[in-house]
Amino acid sequence: MHKKLEARNVNVFYDQTHVIKDVNLAVEQHSVTAFIGPSGCGKSTFLRLYNRMNDLIEGFRKEGEILIDGRDIYQRDLRVEDLRKKVGMVFQKPNPFPKSIYENVIYGLKIRGVNNKNLLDETVERCLRQAALWDEVKDNLRKSALALSGGQQQRLCIARAIATEPSVLLMDEPASALDPISTSKVEELIYELKSQFTIIIVTHNMQQAGRVSDKTAFFYLGELVECDSTKKIFTNPTDSRTQDYITGRFG
Amino acid sequence: MRIPERLIVGVLGACAGLTILITLGILYTLASEAVVFFSEVPITDFLTDTQWTPLFTEKHFGILPLLAGTLLTSFIAIFFALPIGLTIAIYLNEYAPRSFAFSIKPILEILAAVPTVVYGYFALTVVTPFLQGFIPGLAGFNALGAGFVMGIMIIPLISSLSQDALYAVPKSLREASYGMGATRLQTAFQVLVPAASSGITVSVILAISRAVGETMIVAIAAGMQPNLTADPTVPIQTITTFIVQISMGDVPHGSLEYRTIFAAGISLFVLTFILNNISFWFKKRYRMKYE
Repeated sequence: MHKKLEARNVNVFYDQTHVIKDVNLAVEQHSVTAFIGPSGCGKSTFLRLYNRMNDLIEGFRKEGEILIDGRDIYQRDLRVEDLRKKVGMVFQKPNPFPKSIYENVIYGLKIRGVNNKNLLDETVERCLRQAALWDEVKDNLRKSALALSGGQQQRLCIARAIATEPSVLLMDEPASALDPISTSKVEELIYELKSQFTIIIVTHNMQQAGRVSDKTAFFYLGELVECDSTKKIFTNPTDSRTQDYITGRFG
Repeated sequence: MRIPERLIVGVLGACAGLTILITLGILYTLASEAVVFFSEVPITDFLTDTQWTPLFTEKHFGILPLLAGTLLTSFIAIFFALPIGLTIAIYLNEYAPRSFAFSIKPILEILAAVPTVVYGYFALTVVTPFLQGFIPGLAGFNALGAGFVMGIMIIPLISSLSQDALYAVPKSLREASYGMGATRLQTAFQVLVPAASSGITVSVILAISRAVGETMIVAIAAGMQPNLTADPTVPIQTITTFIVQISMGDVPHGSLEYRTIFAAGISLFVLTFILNNISFWFKKRYRMKYE
């Protein structure tokens, strides 16, 4: 097993508020890990540590280390733009740019100065195929991405995220704004993508965590209560708080 | 409803109605005088003649030289104000700390509150002599200096409204761009500006309307010579300054010369009316996209 992501004694503060409390967590390469827990438990904040999206928030402070492939991503000599090329992110609400489908997919390459038309064309087809969207949009690549349905938009965002060939994909409740059919498509997709990417998915939907993930981490009040194989978490959790949460006693 | 409340509603309604009545009154005055004017001067001459000499013995009533002067000074103003205003908007919205942006915005808006007569003399006595140092053939009265100062005046209009448009771009788009590893500059120019383009266009159109209607700066600094030219270094006259010139009082009331100002006025009105409508249309489209 290769430890792709590793968090060591991580604490996060927003001004005086202690939102992540001494979390240690290792994530295997090419696996899907689900973060579950009630609202405000810190799971999204923790997810956003991996691509340093919290850096944009005023008052954010972090202690401890986050390692990707053994390297501390908060080191000063590391450019955050390079990190985010390696760590793609898909957000809760589909957020395609108000540009064409084609332009959306190549955005990550465009901002890095890639102009080779053939390479861009290939990337668009490859990523849209991987995101299971190619057949639906291949004749309308120049159409505005805003004209797509919500589910299609979210798959486009996935295609956009994998276009820079990241090794890690962060998904922040990627299906919570979608209808059941679109949701199942996105879930299938997550399963497919696992062979190439290390995926972390934040979800409120317990069934979803059960369906797509290999491992599940339960967060509560900023603490990582437990992280184990999804099967074990859902059938025989060690901690009583996990038991209470998955059986619906709170949350 | 109780009586006092009815009274208040009545007063409020009357106030709203008054503005409409005034607009209609202005339109009526303009139109009725212009109709008399156009009964003496064919509208085709008015629109195609290339000379504007209503006060000379040999009279020509071609609006084109005045229109050219108006468009030239407005274009120069936008040419300076758009890049600067947009840069300020991006800086305030994307880079400046919130508290700094909040305190700098009112200061910036003072630029729009400076009396235009002050701007006019600033153009005439500071900017034009300064520009003459670089451009040897520059006349003492010219479109360039006046347009440039008009540009300074409309910078806050563009920067303020553009910043509002940038601010209204959903946070999720910003996050998407940062999440792809884009820098702030890339995010600003490749995502935010295009997404806010209709709002920015509205700001530019309103700024153009403001420049087209501007009178004092061009009256003082641009000369008063109708000139069908695109050369910014020579004296020109705009529609507004012609109206000022006639309304000084040398022209007998009720004469054809006097009525020219209504023809010029209605041309100006049509121009700004079109611009405002375009901006209204853009605004509507923009709302539909994000609300």
